[in-house]
Amino acid sequence: MAISAISMPKWGLAMEEGTIVEWLKAEGEMIAPGDDIVEIETSKITNVVEAQHTGPITRLVAKVGETLPVGALIAVVADESDSAADIDAFISDFQANFETAQETAEEAAGPETIDVDGQLIMYEEQGEGDGLPLILVHGFGGDRNNWLFNLDALSADRRVIMLDLPGHGGSTKNIKDASLSGMAQTVLAFADALGVDQLNLMGHSMGGAICLKAAEMAGERVARVFTVCPAGLAAKVGNGFIDAFIAAERRKGMKEAALMLFSDKDLVTRDLVNDLLKFKRLDGVDAALQALRDGAIADGNATPVDLSEVAARVAAVIAEQDEVIPPVAATPDTVEELRLSVGHMAHMEAAAAVNDAAAAFFKHDR
Amino acid sequence: MPKKTVREAINEALRQEMARDEDIIVIGEDVAGGAGSEGQRDAYGGVFGVTKGLIGEFGEERVIDTPITESAIMGAAAGAALQGLRPVAELMFVDFLGVCFDQIYNQAAKFRYMFGGKARTPLVIRTMMGGGVSAAAQHSQTLYPMFTAVPGLKVVIPSNAYDAKGLLIQAIRDDDPVIFMEHKLVYEVTSEVPDEAYTIPFGEAAIAREGDDVTIVAFSQMVNHAITVADKLKGEGISVEVIDPRTTSPLDEDTILESVENTGRLVVVDESPPRCNMATDIAALVASQAFDSLEAGIEMVTCAHTPVPFTPALEQLYLPSPDRIEAAVRKTLK
Repeated sequence: MAISAISMPKWGLAMEEGTIVEWLKAEGEMIAPGDDIVEIETSKITNVVEAQHTGPITRLVAKVGETLPVGALIAVVADESDSAADIDAFISDFQANFETAQETAEEAAGPETIDVDGQLIMYEEQGEGDGLPLILVHGFGGDRNNWLFNLDALSADRRVIMLDLPGHGGSTKNIKDASLSGMAQTVLAFADALGVDQLNLMGHSMGGAICLKAAEMAGERVARVFTVCPAGLAAKVGNGFIDAFIAAERRKGMKEAALMLFSDKDLVTRDLVNDLLKFKRLDGVDAALQALRDGAIADGNATPVDLSEVAARVAAVIAEQDEVIPPVAATPDTVEELRLSVGHMAHMEAAAAVNDAAAAFFKHDR
Repeated sequence: MPKKTVREAINEALRQEMARDEDIIVIGEDVAGGAGSEGQRDAYGGVFGVTKGLIGEFGEERVIDTPITESAIMGAAAGAALQGLRPVAELMFVDFLGVCFDQIYNQAAKFRYMFGGKARTPLVIRTMMGGGVSAAAQHSQTLYPMFTAVPGLKVVIPSNAYDAKGLLIQAIRDDDPVIFMEHKLVYEVTSEVPDEAYTIPFGEAAIAREGDDVTIVAFSQMVNHAITVADKLKGEGISVEVIDPRTTSPLDEDTILESVENTGRLVVVDESPPRCNMATDIAALVASQAFDSLEAGIEMVTCAHTPVPFTPALEQLYLPSPDRIEAAVRKTLK
């Protein structure tokens, strides 16, 4: 069997290095795809790396507490037929090549902005390939960084573009039209501005509803829509989270709102709460969020998108522990459905499962 | 997000707010620089260049260079605030407080109260403070304990660029007098600062480092020393929480008490002489409100009870240092 490397993952474009918090597998233990192997901490978040290989994890190269750059070797998977000398040679080869790659690596491009109907939209992109371009649309109060665990997996065979919706992230806080169709129009005009014609869409929560609406408006232009815990499927989505988020002015209130997003409550760290507050305190954000509450979200009573008017193929991740948008009992027959036992931020809490399903769904998009 | 120094963050806050609201004026000594000499206009922008560029953008009616008379600056600014302008007055060094204290503590601070709540005094007083640059006894004090003791004044002492911008914008939009104190050694501290305007509410401490073993409460530049110590001790397995109150009036008592209830140990770091300062104030707060949580005596790391020495060697002994903070943390763990 070939010897395989497990390397430091890249969670989001800004991640440069990570620290090993804890090994969840011992040296010599068998691993299979999906197994939790190691917990890694970045300046933004702590998360678990899942196995992609099968076999015994023969060497834990990185020690607990060690901080390594993205892509660095942290462990080796091999089997009994590989001698210790082979493994040593593999490790020293990897390290030598990695050092060269580090020296020649170009600086990440960083975010860019583009004018869309008078709104400055911030975006970042990664990847190229034969797949149709994919635009990722975050939810209410989120931003493009919500996709940090998904971008690498989704961009393996295509151009993936993450935008900040108007009112969010680094984009204009003044929303031109905060209705659902207005936001969908902004996403389509954003694609126009980037010269993207036929495309796929992936959206979370309110972003899911925006993607479905955009598909309804754009006809054949949108090939496939993958939604994660989407609004837009059910008539009553509730506004408990929306109102708590809008009302939150201090850490306590914001923490209470953020706790509704995850089934694993430990993911709501102080840093996460602080980042949400920093966003909320920007001039214009309160007005933008209120406009979306009254517009696209329609006080929790958004009219569901009429899927019979959507030409694109549609998939939906339904999170059983979702406290923001209660999981629908059943999706329409035309929707490919994946049920996961996690909270509203399913693409963060069950990133590997969502990534696998999305990659498979987008694979045959032509 | 772009990184900016505290100096840049303050300049940006002033510029953005002045562009938003034409009632905002800047007044003080050398805020434009070279007054009276046409060729030297905007040469300085304050002693440390914080207000540089404002006169070119907003003109001399809104960026007013004054004679060297602090009592006139503060009197004019307090009166202008009463009349509806929103002045940002600069007291070049806080040490010069003595010649204009009446205008601040007995007039501006009391207008709202004395006029039955009908008066508003949206006045910001920006001032420089702090030692470490051998500026000697009359240009190196902190003095925020004196302002903090006066009801009617709000007191802001930022330690980093993100907080400096958000707190200054909050100060300018606030309808009460605010003392905004900039430490000379903090001007070059760099952090991620949004290009857009934003506010940070007063009375909300920042938790600069999370930890479970010892709580350090520190102010302004001392926060940066405390962070250095916390990061060093983390390597030894000692988990230090660093709390930056950001405003001493109002003071976020809850965050301090909750932290000490969790850690059981408190070190307060205050770049002030040891009597009647923020260290004694926080120590008294914790001793009276969270005594049962304490597992060790409260440690106070402060300056000596002397004027600030000019000689660099003596000044370094006078100021709280990372070494002294580290020793105090270790003492609480014995």
